[in-house]
Amino acid sequence: MDFNFTEEQEMVRDGLSRLVREQYDWETRRAAIESDAGWRPEIWSQLAELGILGMPFSEEDGGFGGGAVDAMVVMEEFGKGLVVEPFVPTVVCAGGFLKHAGTAAQKEEHIGGIVDGSRVFAFAYAEPRGRYDYADLETTAKKDGDGYVLNGHKAVVIGAPWASHLVVTARTGGSRRDREGVSVFVVDKATAGVVTRDYVTVDGRRASEVYFENASIPGDALIGEEGGALPLIEQVTDEAIAAQCAEACGAMKVAHAMTLEYAKQRKQFGVPIASFQVLQHRMVDMYTAYETALSLTYLATLRLGASEKERKRAASAAKVGVGQSARLIGQEAIQIHGGNGVTDEYAIGHYFKRLTIFESEFGDVDHHLKRHVKLA
Amino acid sequence: MNLEFTPEEQAFREEVRAFIAEKYPKHLGDTGMREDLSREDFVAWHKILGEKGWSVPAWPTEYGGTGWTPTQRYIWSEENARVNALMPLPFGVSMVGPVIYTFGSEEQKAQHLPGIRSGEVWWCQGYSEPGAGSDLASLKTTAVRDGDHYVINGQKTWTTLAQYADWGFFLCRTDPDAAKPQEGISFILVDMKTPGVEVKPIKLLDGGYEVNETWLTDVRVPVENLVGQENKGWTYAKFLLAHERSGIAGVARSKRGVEKLREIAANESLDGEPLIDDFDFARKVSQLEIDLAALEITELRTLAGEQAGKGPGPESSILKIKGTEIQQRLTELTMEAVGTYSAPYYGSIQDPGSNEHPIGPDYAHHAAATYFNMRKTSIYGGSNEIQRNIITKMILGL
Repeated sequence: MDFNFTEEQEMVRDGLSRLVREQYDWETRRAAIESDAGWRPEIWSQLAELGILGMPFSEEDGGFGGGAVDAMVVMEEFGKGLVVEPFVPTVVCAGGFLKHAGTAAQKEEHIGGIVDGSRVFAFAYAEPRGRYDYADLETTAKKDGDGYVLNGHKAVVIGAPWASHLVVTARTGGSRRDREGVSVFVVDKATAGVVTRDYVTVDGRRASEVYFENASIPGDALIGEEGGALPLIEQVTDEAIAAQCAEACGAMKVAHAMTLEYAKQRKQFGVPIASFQVLQHRMVDMYTAYETALSLTYLATLRLGASEKERKRAASAAKVGVGQSARLIGQEAIQIHGGNGVTDEYAIGHYFKRLTIFESEFGDVDHHLKRHVKLA
Repeated sequence: MNLEFTPEEQAFREEVRAFIAEKYPKHLGDTGMREDLSREDFVAWHKILGEKGWSVPAWPTEYGGTGWTPTQRYIWSEENARVNALMPLPFGVSMVGPVIYTFGSEEQKAQHLPGIRSGEVWWCQGYSEPGAGSDLASLKTTAVRDGDHYVINGQKTWTTLAQYADWGFFLCRTDPDAAKPQEGISFILVDMKTPGVEVKPIKLLDGGYEVNETWLTDVRVPVENLVGQENKGWTYAKFLLAHERSGIAGVARSKRGVEKLREIAANESLDGEPLIDDFDFARKVSQLEIDLAALEITELRTLAGEQAGKGPGPESSILKIKGTEIQQRLTELTMEAVGTYSAPYYGSIQDPGSNEHPIGPDYAHHAAATYFNMRKTSIYGGSNEIQRNIITKMILGL
């Protein structure tokens, strides 16, 4: 048993922590998310230069041979700064599919671009009526000669406005909600018949509704086995869950620290509100919620390579526990900040918003509690 | 980072498991429950461990400790929980023992440590007083110096299993004029057979006699029984409480408890189906398992910190709060799983020695009593509110 980080991991943490502190300060972030672009490609390039974008890929694929713990370290730091750049869609999700199931040609084609920052991905898996079931797909990919024709509507595709490529789940066989018949494709966003409607999310990121209108894609767009992609999707989304739980932990840590600071300086009835026991105990509960969330994040991260059942149980446990902590910490942080907490001007509200949206990404507390029950 | 145990740790686990399988007293079986156990039952395993040299694993090796790493100690507690073993009582092993070898005189070490190791001498803790509760520093019991003796007067309460105790460690006020209530308190060892010591059992909600009122009337104790310096007892008391809190999470035992809960719920039925297949119930079990997993990793992280040389710090308050909340929810859920048969009062038909079979399935007999009994966990050892105060001050800096 070992809870230590390697020297390299500590270096990555220090580097990112400095980057976030120096270049991702509150005003700069705010200006960036309000700009037309909505993100900072120059930060993305810096992450590439620092080796962060190539971290989880093997050296033979052009990466640096890192693993899940490295991704956790990165995401915690991103969470602290509410970094909006699309690390999870590009590196964790698209990168995960390519790593686990890509052909040599697909890796050659895409991984280099991810590592050097030139290729940005979004992961189009959710559908308007599918909720959190990855197999509940109305999007279809019909065989057409050597390739496929895509039709359907993907919901809330995070990072899609910034992406050059999409990873898309679609049904190539079977019927709605069947475990069989689900496939995964890499699609160039410039493909004819790919229509996007872009918007801002409440937590300051960008997303698109993506419509496929008879979009023709080549046969080599298929990643992995045709019709047999559900286990692969579950593996990759569990990896995304572990990463985003780490991000939530970073955000919770800062939200809690901000709340403590605020309570110490804000006076009412002539004393700092931090001296009220009723608030002290709530801040203690926030702290224990954070620590236990961090423990479950470790568990999910360290179990990503375990048996399917162990991996899923740990990921679901984390999504439940971290989700509950995220809600508690977010809501209590606002309450203790009082009226200031509900203004757009104070940073705390933005942490609250990110933590709120985190809950619904890759399945909410109820969904994962149900999955945990089924895996007993 | 990884969660796997090393091959050495695995081998240690095998060794421990084999030892327990061979040596744990068969008649104690899967008891767990305390109300009908005798003094001999309580110390049976302790004595076997004393012979093996495993009764005080966490002590420094020079005083008879094992030199096990925190991880090995964790494995030890898991393996004991697997058979629901009745573990050595904490009063000697985890409380007064560490105080004596850390602050006590050579004479005290020589006199008291062997009996704690072997399980021959039974200790009790005289901290709490009526009206003081978690405000421990407000204690009123006095010890007045009279020549070579202290004369102790006062009343203690919640003295756990003092009805069997040979010795007790008591916090007494030696300087009533001290500037702060925490000052002027001394830590004194008392032979429970000294004239003037009177122990009166308190019957608890579960029908058992686990705690006592302890009266001290003109109890004359030799001054050699003072531990450390006069009026510095609060320091030793705090040291002891931090030790008490480590290991209080009860993770291994709760894990075993969840397994039993699942067995019960598989046997009970609802609408003609096993209760465990009812989604509402199953989700409560899953939530408990998830919270327990979070606690387990949190404890392992604390242990890892300890292994790296950080003593049990205020983080142990998290383990106390979360651990006891989980223990309480577990007993609550177990009682819910049992349903109607949680109602019969076990004590009403099961006199000691009676051959009559109690009412209802075996797993139902103690469900309610255990639930009632476990309400104590968020109160004792510094209530969970006090733990929150500790975190407030020591960790959050408020």
